[in-house]
Amino acid sequence: MNEFNPTLKGLAAKEEILMPGHRLCAGCGASIVVRQVLKATRGPTILVNATGCLEVATTIYPYTSWAAPWIHSAFENTAATASGVVAAERAFEKKGLGKRSDVIAFAGDGGTYDIGFQALSGALERGEDFLYVLYDNEAYMNTGIQRSGSTPRYAWTTTTPVGPAEMGKLEYKKPIDLIVAAHDIPYAATASPAYWRDLIVKARKGIEVEGPAFLHAISTCDRGWRHDTGETVEIMRLAVETCYFPLFEVENGEFRLTSRSKAIAKRPELKKPVSEFLKLQGRFSHLIKPENADKLEEVQKGVDRYWEKIKKLCGE
Amino acid sequence: MIPLSEPKEGASGKTGRWRTEKPVLNKERCTNCLLCWVYCPEGAIERTEDKVEIDYDYCKGCGVCANECARKAIVMEDE
Repeated sequence: MNEFNPTLKGLAAKEEILMPGHRLCAGCGASIVVRQVLKATRGPTILVNATGCLEVATTIYPYTSWAAPWIHSAFENTAATASGVVAAERAFEKKGLGKRSDVIAFAGDGGTYDIGFQALSGALERGEDFLYVLYDNEAYMNTGIQRSGSTPRYAWTTTTPVGPAEMGKLEYKKPIDLIVAAHDIPYAATASPAYWRDLIVKARKGIEVEGPAFLHAISTCDRGWRHDTGETVEIMRLAVETCYFPLFEVENGEFRLTSRSKAIAKRPELKKPVSEFLKLQGRFSHLIKPENADKLEEVQKGVDRYWEKIKKLCGE
Repeated sequence: MIPLSEPKEGASGKTGRWRTEKPVLNKERCTNCLLCWVYCPEGAIERTEDKVEIDYDYCKGCGVCANECARKAIVMEDE
């Protein structure tokens, strides 16, 4: 593996692949994830995009914002489509008709945790050689903020309302990283665009490894999370600082904390209370009310438990 | 006939029209650190020779750059 040591000046010299003037919301987290991932490319790259915000907002027929070969697939089959692209290029290469490109698939949490999971699991099991990037905004934002398998407990969505009978979603967020890592693939990692260097280095590792790689990036949604558009990056930073979304990677079965999460494991006093992350978001506003202090405490305990579990896996 | 279009800036028009507030850059304070560039959801921060420039054709005015600028070189003003 070549040494990849990105600097902002070096990255800024690279052409933008996702061009400005698309239809993603002001302050969208997904487009920051995509811009940063695409700064990690090493040569010709083919992009596969599941149905979702990212797809509908960047390819308003008959226009496209993607300055690279790009293929749209349904919610269900992003990983299968990417597998097909890799197989086709392998066949071309075998016949001496060209060299293989890198393949990156982008999908949201609906297309990954729920609808596209079977295709993803199959591709991981078959050892297909592509990077799968999950931008996780924790609900079906494109269709109107419905809960997904990624929505955390007590979050408001339009299908898990907050009222006297219920307080948002009652179920827990699916631990997708651990499920993906259990497929024993060469590389899996979590990332937050607030820690841009960590994200871009991980994306590059995912591109370079032979076989499947999985990058799970947190991705705020100001419409669905009900936050100020200017606070997008701050919230994605607080997700890491509170250990709600720990940064780690799993390379050939070995778990390792990275970046800020590694620092927090060494110096626990750096860990912020989860309320810092929750209070900027309207979808959790009920948890900040004094009468729901018990619920907030439960959320904090859940975050602590998950953090301890990840730390243990990472040998910290 | 197959309808095809080249990828281009402004596939959804001049999205700068969405703005209610606009980021204004104070070039005196800017150190060209490029944090605004890496965090811009739109890719509307352009890098020039020594300083950055904001592409008002496409900037949607989210305010991420103003929030992230360590030197407070970007402030949001009413459109």
